Amino acid sequence: MATIVDYPANMFNPAATPAHAIFGVSMFVLAMTGAIFVLVTGLLIYALVRFRQRAGDTGDPVQIFGSNQIETSWTVIPLLLVLMLFLTAARVILSTERVTKPVAAVDVDVIGHQFWWEYRYPKLGIITANEIHVPISDPKHPTPTFLEMSSVDVIHSFWIPRLAGKMDLVPNRVNPMWFDPEKTGLYLGQCAQYCGTQHAKMLLRVYVDSPEDFATWVAQQQKPAVAPADAATAEGKAVFEANACVNCHRVQGTTSKGAFGPDLTHLASRDTIASGAIPNTPENLRKWIADPNEMKPGALMPAMRLNDHDLDAVTKYMTSLR
Amino acid sequence: MAATQVVDITEQAKPKELFLQKVHSWLTTVDHKKIGIMYIVYALFFLVVAGAMALVIRIQLMVPNNHFVSPQVFNRMFTMHGTTMVFFVGMPILFGFGNYLVPLMIGARDMAFPRMNAFTFWISALGGILLYFSYLGGDGLYGAGSAPDVGWFAYAPLTERVFSPGHSTDYWTLSLLLTGIGSVGTSINIMATIISMRCKGMTMGRLPLLPWLYFVMSFLVLVAIGPLTAAQVMLLLDRYLGAHFFDTQAGGSAVLWVHFFWIFGHPEVYVLVLPAFAFANEIIPVFSRKAIFGYPAMVAATVAIGFISLSVWAHHMFTIGMGPGANTFFTLSTMIIAVPTGIKIFNWLATLWGGKISFKSPMLFCVAFLFQFLIAGLTGIMLSAAPFDWQLGNSYFVIAHFHYVLVGAILFCIFGAFYYWYPKAMGRMMSERLAKWHFWLMVIGFHLTFDFMHVPGLLGMPRRIYTYEADRGWESWNIIVGVGAVFQAVATLIFVYNLISSYYKGEIAGRDPWDAWTLEWATSSPPPAYNFALEPSVGSRRPLWDIKHPEDPDSSYE
Repeated sequence: MATIVDYPANMFNPAATPAHAIFGVSMFVLAMTGAIFVLVTGLLIYALVRFRQRAGDTGDPVQIFGSNQIETSWTVIPLLLVLMLFLTAARVILSTERVTKPVAAVDVDVIGHQFWWEYRYPKLGIITANEIHVPISDPKHPTPTFLEMSSVDVIHSFWIPRLAGKMDLVPNRVNPMWFDPEKTGLYLGQCAQYCGTQHAKMLLRVYVDSPEDFATWVAQQQKPAVAPADAATAEGKAVFEANACVNCHRVQGTTSKGAFGPDLTHLASRDTIASGAIPNTPENLRKWIADPNEMKPGALMPAMRLNDHDLDAVTKYMTSLR
Repeated sequence: MAATQVVDITEQAKPKELFLQKVHSWLTTVDHKKIGIMYIVYALFFLVVAGAMALVIRIQLMVPNNHFVSPQVFNRMFTMHGTTMVFFVGMPILFGFGNYLVPLMIGARDMAFPRMNAFTFWISALGGILLYFSYLGGDGLYGAGSAPDVGWFAYAPLTERVFSPGHSTDYWTLSLLLTGIGSVGTSINIMATIISMRCKGMTMGRLPLLPWLYFVMSFLVLVAIGPLTAAQVMLLLDRYLGAHFFDTQAGGSAVLWVHFFWIFGHPEVYVLVLPAFAFANEIIPVFSRKAIFGYPAMVAATVAIGFISLSVWAHHMFTIGMGPGANTFFTLSTMIIAVPTGIKIFNWLATLWGGKISFKSPMLFCVAFLFQFLIAGLTGIMLSAAPFDWQLGNSYFVIAHFHYVLVGAILFCIFGAFYYWYPKAMGRMMSERLAKWHFWLMVIGFHLTFDFMHVPGLLGMPRRIYTYEADRGWESWNIIVGVGAVFQAVATLIFVYNLISSYYKGEIAGRDPWDAWTLEWATSSPPPAYNFALEPSVGSRRPLWDIKHPEDPDSSYE
């Protein structure tokens, strides 16, 4: 028996104000269109049964060419229904898109890449990738998350149905969005605008934390990278820094300052790699580094062609970056 | 006196032709009927090809993380499926029917510009061949590419050279530019023919609804193809001559492409649906034995739909960040178009009301059309509410909605049109027995696929994904969708078999097998090359009704 938790991206299980507002207008729209459906289908079925040609009944029926009264009424009534529907929708459009940002809001810049998400918290000095943490928002002291979204390459779209409608990430443009989650938990979604080969695996993971957990996460993310604790990890760091890894990846507090790929400073604190597509285990990490296109064909990270020894070393280094 | 001379009963003498003579006559024909048939056969071929692509897509998506095809192949599949179905099935098949029927229904000898008619067919055909040649030639200098994989609406900057190396995107662009020539040429032909070649007595107010709707549809094509062509030329300039219209890396605008595309794209879907309405407008009255209810309102509603459809395009852009002003405006304009569309449904219902309905094959498909178009329109109203679209846009709900229109409304009407006019074009009836198999398998398959396809959209499944995660709850719905696709494939194959076998074994149709009322039924089946021996002269919208009911002609009421 399927339950509501079996559908983690179900828009009919809203958990934030924008999703609630959409849920409300969608119920109204469904009710109205449902009623129209029942009425017109009923009349159609009735007509098809009642006015069937009976066997042996030839000859044409009375020809009726129109009726001004009937036709006027079925023009005016739909116009009024449309007006009602429009006003309902307009109210939600305005309430969602014309908002003032509270002072206590959490600001996140979302930058879309082929095929991963870059997140920056400008006021908190955090740069991370693919897994975003936000605090729940208490209606009495709101701490909603306000996102400013853009892209470095093609059009992407950020869609977490339980929190809000989707908003596109358009290169050369900044699109705003917000949500105020009311329940802690992990909210799932994925890129909703075709962006190339691995569009399907550009998954979204939004972790809604309690204020305390959020503060803990922030504090940890603000720290620079954990220094290697043993020789093996230090060797991994050396291999990492001697190879092309540093051209794309940043590890804060070290000389790796690449900006084309995900920030790896706290990679080991994430549950998944490859934008939510692969669980973050040492085995998977090693396979990924060896050849990303094995696991995610079309990913833009090239195979690093490391030998087994270096591969083990770099993997060890990566798993140390908590 | 002139009314009784409309009927041409001359027996056609058929000289024996060599095979090569036959081929030559088809290749060089300027006869609107032959050109119409060529458009239709061409489109049917691509219907089967693009349908096979749909099956590949559905098999890949039956289970999560499937490996039936690679992501690269899948992305080409959905791009080619969409591009083929819109431009190489929908447009040609509807222009084919229009080419065949419009001159006949207005009592004309041919289209206004027969040679342009032939030219536009052949250049459109070249477009289709060019698009499929991309499978071979799309590699370009970098060994990248193949068939296009950018989606049928080819959003920028994904189509810029940096993100789409090779020539696959160029094949998309060039083949559509070619087929656009075909669309524009045929539209000019249709409009000129209707304006200047109507037979004696046929005022615009006595024009049957099919030519009326093709007239409005042609107007929309002429207005809408320009923006698409312009955008495609700009894209070519970006890709090859260093322009930056859509090149966001250099300050260009991705949203610009989206506007241009949908200014074309939205009227395009009305271009596809108006001929379907046209078929229903002819078939439903004949099989209800009643004149269409509210002819003036039907014309007015069609013209209204034509104009309003030019003002709704950005409902495809509710999530691109236009802001509340634009989102509100386009919600309103889109909702308004529901009013004339609803009027049409009510008029069809009123035509059935008080009639004597017979469920022969053309009518079966038109009845299914009525139910299915109603649902499609209602899901359209849901999507017109911008906030609802913020959730459902670009999801499987949208795919379900537009396939409900394209298959449930348009394709079903096209099937009805085939059963209705095949006897006229081929001189033989299609098999009613096979038609019933076709119909019921199609209905079952259509509803299994497209009813259930709405659900994954509501549960968060976006479109254009080659696979999905197992934990989303989308799998069971995708399985049902896939099963329905198989039913539809079988139904379509039965239909194609019926088309071919009826040509050889079908019952001889005669001039007017359906006891219908418009001029195409006044000449032989198939019509002679010149259509009518004497120019018809009409006194009402249903000239054959007037002949068959001299005691109660329509001319007394109009």
